[in-house]
Amino acid sequence: MKRRNLLAAMMAGMAAGCSKLADTQPIATLLDRAEDWHRSAHRALASRQALAREFDRQDISPSFRGNGTLDPATPAYRAAAQNGFADWRLAVHGLVGQPLSLSLEEIRTLPQRTQITRHDCVEGWSAIGQWTGPQLGIILDLAQLSEEANYIVFHCADHLNGAAYYESIDLVDAYHPQTIIAHRLNDAPLPVRNGAPLRLRVERQLGYKHAKYLTAIEAVKDLSGIGQGKGGYWEDRANYQWYAGI
Amino acid sequence: MTQRPRHSLTTRIWHWLNLACLAVLFMSGLNISNAHPRLYWGQAGFAPSQAWAFLPRFPGWATIPGYYSLSAARDWHFLFAWIFALALLLFMLISLVNGHFRKDIATRLAEWRGQAIWADIRAHLRFDFHRGAGQYNFLQKAAYGLVIFIMLPLMIFTGMAMSPGMDAAWPWLLDLFGGRQSARSLHFLCAWGLFAFLLLHVALVLLSGPLGQLKAMVTGGKRDETP
Repeated sequence: MKRRNLLAAMMAGMAAGCSKLADTQPIATLLDRAEDWHRSAHRALASRQALAREFDRQDISPSFRGNGTLDPATPAYRAAAQNGFADWRLAVHGLVGQPLSLSLEEIRTLPQRTQITRHDCVEGWSAIGQWTGPQLGIILDLAQLSEEANYIVFHCADHLNGAAYYESIDLVDAYHPQTIIAHRLNDAPLPVRNGAPLRLRVERQLGYKHAKYLTAIEAVKDLSGIGQGKGGYWEDRANYQWYAGI
Repeated sequence: MTQRPRHSLTTRIWHWLNLACLAVLFMSGLNISNAHPRLYWGQAGFAPSQAWAFLPRFPGWATIPGYYSLSAARDWHFLFAWIFALALLLFMLISLVNGHFRKDIATRLAEWRGQAIWADIRAHLRFDFHRGAGQYNFLQKAAYGLVIFIMLPLMIFTGMAMSPGMDAAWPWLLDLFGGRQSARSLHFLCAWGLFAFLLLHVALVLLSGPLGQLKAMVTGGKRDETP
């Protein structure tokens, strides 16, 4: 019993020590820096186009869990949902030669990609679903993405804890073949809890990158001017890693 | 020529560095586990009805950091995963070259006989650990071999199989473990297996002259100095 207490005391001491260390500048910097090592290692090990596994129809999860915002619930969103999102527009702006405002009908008439992929939440669970939509690359080409753009920012209709949800990815993931703007899940229009009418799929990263309820896509040079500057809602709010491939 | 120390410098440095890494990885891992305390088999799973295990909530004194923070725990976990994996790789390479594995860890076929193993177990139960000067007995070799070559690499590869980026780079990870959620379950089970090894390891050190053992793992000790 005494030894067990000793072990618990040692673990408690380590927990406290590590929490203190994490508050010091060099350790905080090191902890942040490791994120770049993961991204560099992943990019070195995988080709830019390496695909996330695609599954068979029988692998599709019986229901697809919703997480984060399950309903934006603003009057404007409620009205749009009532109306079948007939007037929903997806703006494409920022560092583009040809800003766009796409209707759902225009998005549905672009070349489509359908993929059955696994969605991994940062918390640890996974669900498999079939997504359909145009590749983001096609939309960016249509908008004539400027050479100055380094990141693509996704603006959303939902607010979490009073702040607008947003996310961002770099051009490697933006032009990845499986990065699509999905409007269908499992052969039906996207349900509200999963991001109706439009959401991002960026299949080599964790769930919080897959922005839902998309209203606008913005091309930028750097992320400092967006939100609090860390590239996404969870990155700003709780210091989640911007690169979520791990 | 001076005598070879009982533990080479490489072994000693790796031993303590590895302990530090495993402590941080285990405790930050418990914090990560608190984010979704259920385990599944197969490729996917999220609902209680799909789970095979419901985990307890690990208290703050056992986690890094000492309060619930998934993002901070992940930062600690992934930083020390690098140190842990690179140190293990380096230790393996050096121990292959300097003969540590061949001389001290590798077992001979003749040792894998039921009678010999049973005799070794009985000796352990009598707390008799003497097997010639500076030599590991069969159970020790088997335990260290299991930890170094099976369990520690299993932690690394099951960890990688949980990363969607790594799954795209190395899809065979998913085939090897039967899916991301299976890999997550194995990662959790193996972590507690290593914790059990730690308890047994420390208990046996305490039973076999802890001061001499500790001194040898710090200063190297002498070959003929059987504890």
